[in-house]
Amino acid sequence: MPTTHPRRTLLLLLGGAILTFVVALSFGSASISWLKVIESLRTGATSLDYTVVMELRLPRAASAFVVGGMLALAGVLMQVLLRNPLADPYILGTSGGAAVAALTAMLLGWHSGLVSTAATVGAMFSMALVFFLARGRGDWAVTRLLLTGVVLAAGWGAGISFILAVSPSSHLYGMLFWLMGDFNDAGPGLFRPLLLIASLTGTMVIARNLNLITLGEDRAEALGVHTRAVRIGIYLLASILTAAAVTLAGTIGFVGLVVPHMVRMVIGPNHSSVLPASVLFGGILLVLAETLARTLIAPRMLPVGVITAFVGVPLFLYLLRSGLKRQDP
Amino acid sequence: MNSLYTDQLTVRIGDTTACRELSATFHPGQVWSLLGCNGVGKSTLLRTLAGLRAPTSGRVLLDKLSLDSIPRRQRAQKIGILFQEQDPAFPATVLETVLTGRHPWLSPFRGEGEIDIEMAQQELSRMGLKGMENRALSTLSGGERRRVDLAALVVQKTRVALLDEPANHLDLHYQVDLMGQLVGDWQENEGVVIMVMHDINLAMRFSDHLLLLFGGGEALHGRSADLATEENLSRLYGHPLRRYPASRHSFFLPE
Repeated sequence: MPTTHPRRTLLLLLGGAILTFVVALSFGSASISWLKVIESLRTGATSLDYTVVMELRLPRAASAFVVGGMLALAGVLMQVLLRNPLADPYILGTSGGAAVAALTAMLLGWHSGLVSTAATVGAMFSMALVFFLARGRGDWAVTRLLLTGVVLAAGWGAGISFILAVSPSSHLYGMLFWLMGDFNDAGPGLFRPLLLIASLTGTMVIARNLNLITLGEDRAEALGVHTRAVRIGIYLLASILTAAAVTLAGTIGFVGLVVPHMVRMVIGPNHSSVLPASVLFGGILLVLAETLARTLIAPRMLPVGVITAFVGVPLFLYLLRSGLKRQDP
Repeated sequence: MNSLYTDQLTVRIGDTTACRELSATFHPGQVWSLLGCNGVGKSTLLRTLAGLRAPTSGRVLLDKLSLDSIPRRQRAQKIGILFQEQDPAFPATVLETVLTGRHPWLSPFRGEGEIDIEMAQQELSRMGLKGMENRALSTLSGGERRRVDLAALVVQKTRVALLDEPANHLDLHYQVDLMGQLVGDWQENEGVVIMVMHDINLAMRFSDHLLLLFGGGEALHGRSADLATEENLSRLYGHPLRRYPASRHSFFLPE
């Protein structure tokens, strides 16, 4: 395993994050001049370029970063929970559960706080279903887990179609776009960035416990880990993070799968570096995806979920294939 | 000091009863072999002795304290267990795996220090795995994996060592030399060793006490010298065994 220096990788990712923000702010359907932006920053006088950067692109980029970080972190946690590197909030239907619950709440005209709560409950419910249905003799068989998740995701998909079908047509376009991954909202607000930071800090404190749980529940328990408490904790956290991401940006797939996998390939399986690296890399990836979504067919916009799926689907298939090969030498 | 007791211990898993109302004392410095046929509940009993599984009834005690009343971390500093092979979900290196044994001794806010790494490396070289620290576990042979797990157990520095088929996959010289060394170390440090053994002759070589599980909850425990009879062992395995006296201990061979 090429366990390269984790600290250097983290610094690189931090630099990469700043760079992607510069890229995200620079590119778009309108070309802007940084000189004018800086001048506006200095003098306080607003210019069009300043408005485009600070009020349109920066909030979107910040939202994308936070959502990417949350999805990547949720992915890492679900992979520990299910002891399976293919676990991902989108593939296993967690995002779908959150989306159905959120859409239902919207349809019923609930206000946004209740929509978020509904999404969290939906995510928790969906993950619990995967949990209990895929549990085979105390162990998580890969095929059963994925099948259960995929079937659930399909079920949620049907639920979404149903809600869209009965929704008034004035809501439809917005709902559809939201579902496919959309950052039309203002910024990420205060709650979500704080949630992300708190989750990251909290999980990093128990990083070694997470490492041990991936080795096997018995083994972790024998080494003094309170596996039940840790697993319940990360289950709740993964659900909340998924719901927070879904309610801000709709269902965006594969970030939770692609990011932790690539991070583990580079810095090894130690969660004290996998966790922060995944958050940073997830953020970077989604900021880039969001920039692409804005620029590829400008002035029209692509849903971000389409971009992440284009990257995620081939990678998932490749992982499944190579994983099967390893099991069957 | 550091005795492990079972008090009226009954362990049942599904329809299988591993032991019924077993009251045994495992004293410091003793090496026990746990023998019985496949599926009789040896591993389940071992997990119960490790405190990982609640007894069906009765108690397991360490230093007069019931295992379920000892905080996990403290228990992990006193009782270590070697499981049968388990596949890790994610690729880990040899050194990382050995260092997991240090977990009960580390504060949550600090990683492994120089001392821990040195300790792990020392064990690795004793296990004949020097220079393989950064190899991925998945690239090792079964016997090498077993030695990595043994090293992880040794660096856990527990008084009680529970081993589930420790000699599995090991080459002959490792079975004899390495096992002999490890068991000797625990004995010298007034530790308790209880191991599930598949090979009766290897068990006779290393252990001074036997715990025989006959199935249906019936069990015998005591000194090897008293229990290792043709009659007992033939009944244990459901196949006639004959005893051949040798210089240090007897051998048993199937008829």
